[in-house]
Amino acid sequence: MADFNVRSDSVNVEQIMEQIRTRIRDKRGVDYTEEQIRELAAVKLQKFLDPRGVRSDLLEQFRKTQPPYEPPQLPNYAFEDSTLFESHRGPLRFIRRLLRPILKLFFNPNPLIQALNIQSRVNTTLAEREARLEASRRSTESLYYELIHNLVVETTRLGIEVKNLTMRLESMSGRLEFSERRARALESAVVYKPAPGDIHLPAGREQRQVPQAPPPSPSPSIQPSQHGQHGSPSAPGGQPQSGSEGPGQRSRRRRRRRGRRSGPPAAAVMGGGGEAQHPESSASPEPEPPDSSDASDSSGSSDPSDGGSSE
Amino acid sequence: MKLAIVVQRYGPSINGGAELHARYIAERLARHATVDVLTTCATDYITWRNELPAGVEQANGVSVRRFKVKHERDPETFGRLQDRVFEQPHSIADELDWLDAEGPTSPALVDYVSKHAGDYDFCVFFSYRYYHAYYGTQAAADRAVLVPTAERDETIGLAIFPPIFRSVRGLMYNSPEERLMIQTVSGNDDVPGVVVGVGSDVPAGPQPSRFRSKYNIRGPFAVYVGRIDENKGCPELFDFFQAYTKATHGKLTLVLIGNSVLPIPKHPRIRHLGFLDDADKFDAMAAAELLIMPSYYESLSMVALEAWALGKPVLANAKCDVLKGQCIRSNAGLYYESFAEFNEALSAIERHRWLSVSLGKNGRQFFREHYDWSVIERKYLEMFERLKTSSAARAPETSPGWRDRRREDVPPARDVLQRLPKGPALGRDSAQSARRRA
Repeated sequence: MADFNVRSDSVNVEQIMEQIRTRIRDKRGVDYTEEQIRELAAVKLQKFLDPRGVRSDLLEQFRKTQPPYEPPQLPNYAFEDSTLFESHRGPLRFIRRLLRPILKLFFNPNPLIQALNIQSRVNTTLAEREARLEASRRSTESLYYELIHNLVVETTRLGIEVKNLTMRLESMSGRLEFSERRARALESAVVYKPAPGDIHLPAGREQRQVPQAPPPSPSPSIQPSQHGQHGSPSAPGGQPQSGSEGPGQRSRRRRRRRGRRSGPPAAAVMGGGGEAQHPESSASPEPEPPDSSDASDSSGSSDPSDGGSSE
Repeated sequence: MKLAIVVQRYGPSINGGAELHARYIAERLARHATVDVLTTCATDYITWRNELPAGVEQANGVSVRRFKVKHERDPETFGRLQDRVFEQPHSIADELDWLDAEGPTSPALVDYVSKHAGDYDFCVFFSYRYYHAYYGTQAAADRAVLVPTAERDETIGLAIFPPIFRSVRGLMYNSPEERLMIQTVSGNDDVPGVVVGVGSDVPAGPQPSRFRSKYNIRGPFAVYVGRIDENKGCPELFDFFQAYTKATHGKLTLVLIGNSVLPIPKHPRIRHLGFLDDADKFDAMAAAELLIMPSYYESLSMVALEAWALGKPVLANAKCDVLKGQCIRSNAGLYYESFAEFNEALSAIERHRWLSVSLGKNGRQFFREHYDWSVIERKYLEMFERLKTSSAARAPETSPGWRDRRREDVPPARDVLQRLPKGPALGRDSAQSARRRA
């Protein structure tokens, strides 16, 4: 964990909290509060999600497609054996009761009364059942609504997370690319120079190999070798003798190494003082130890004698 | 000088925040004036059942006069009325019904205040949200001093309380956040008010090693002190702390002190010690690396102040404006709004000794400057002197008539609350500008 910059007695809590939030942002991208995520879920889904996948107005659409349903209030009443003959007028009710036996001479009203009574009870039962089903449907719908709402919120959260992860991935890819470039640059900056007790190549061999090298300017990597003979690794003033290496120098050096392969091993030490290509390597008197990727790269590109010579 | 302290419950065994606050203030002011405590016979803040005898008794040099509660709280009625006034448009009459249902409804106490207010120089009412404060401040308006102990909850959005905030002689706030909130909701900027808070009798020489050996606690630990309750943010604390133990390589244990109304997760690094006496509590806080305060609603966290008095940093829930404001003003605590912040802040305090020590040092200084008893007593006495030499800022407001009380045009309290300014009051905002925004 990186230290905070506040190192004095006068601690500023707001400053520390700002640093903490910055660290959190660095770690996981933009930090959203629960409230912000809900706002984003309601308003700006399309910014984070594939609009073909989830619609930002999903909840509104759900509400619209599910209009509140009120069951119709159908009239219903209890139908008893006296219902047909009831009246709010007392005398009329009395007369009807008197004439009921005469009416029954013409037809039998009892089956009619029974049928209507059963129908009335059936209506009541169905109405109650309908009310129960409606209540159950409403509670299920509210559950669906909550489920969809939570899904939208979670999808938004995941969308933000994916966006953050994508940003991190891009950042890490950039860093990896930079590291690879740096590794290549450092590798091309490696200079081999003989130790004082090493045996030097005979001039004839050197002469034999030199013509194979490209004609341009004298090979810069030879310079330290020559200086090594005099015990001085670099020019006065600490300036690199050979200047910066071009992209073709690595292959030239490899060819020179091949030329030395048959001869005695040239004791070489890694010395980057004169060949710094990168600010960090120029700042340190010794080059940084190669990391694993560098090591594998160099071992893969050089022949076995290189490894032996560097030791 | 003769003072009356009017509070809903009172007694040495009552440890509620406002009640403890009232007891501390009564006992401290008794050194400078004759103090009578006027309270109810109830001890349970849920039922308000009459459990103590009515009459006068002496407690720690203070005369305590108790009055019967007329009826206990009916949870069903109270819940129904609370839903109505918090969530729906309603009338003043509904709010008064809610106040009556909330309790402790003690007309005898209000009647006594009405008849004997003239016997006292000032009547100090605690907790604006209860029956005794609403009717008592009206009965003794010309000498009423209110200690609101207001939290950022829906009650502050009810329409019956702003006239009370405007009509009392003076207000003793617990924090700048509380003052800003009350001034915004009531426009009582012209009523004398001062941020006071309350002190604490923190022992000079706590013994952390005694606590460690008594409870067999080794290694560094964070402590939580208080009721282990959902309203105090404890479930979130449990979740965050368990995630913290997985996310980092820290060695902190979480020690919980207080009665629990929640199941506590079984975790090797969470210890629950139950309710401890003051000596053990202070020893535990002195032994801890920090105090964690996860509460969402606090008018003034006395535990946080005690931790600072002992030189310990505090990690507070930033959703509580008061706690966040206290942390920033004191420079003695960090705060969190999410697990990521909790994780980083706790890790920072655990791993950076210099940070922990600096925060603790600032906390000790903050407590000494603002919450030492001499400072608290001085602020109360200065307020009384100021009120004696000045007249009331405004005349008492007349209560609405029969028709106005029944007009259903009062907005839901939750809507009012949502319009109130959020965040700590750091001197960057005034009540007028906050009111304009609201």
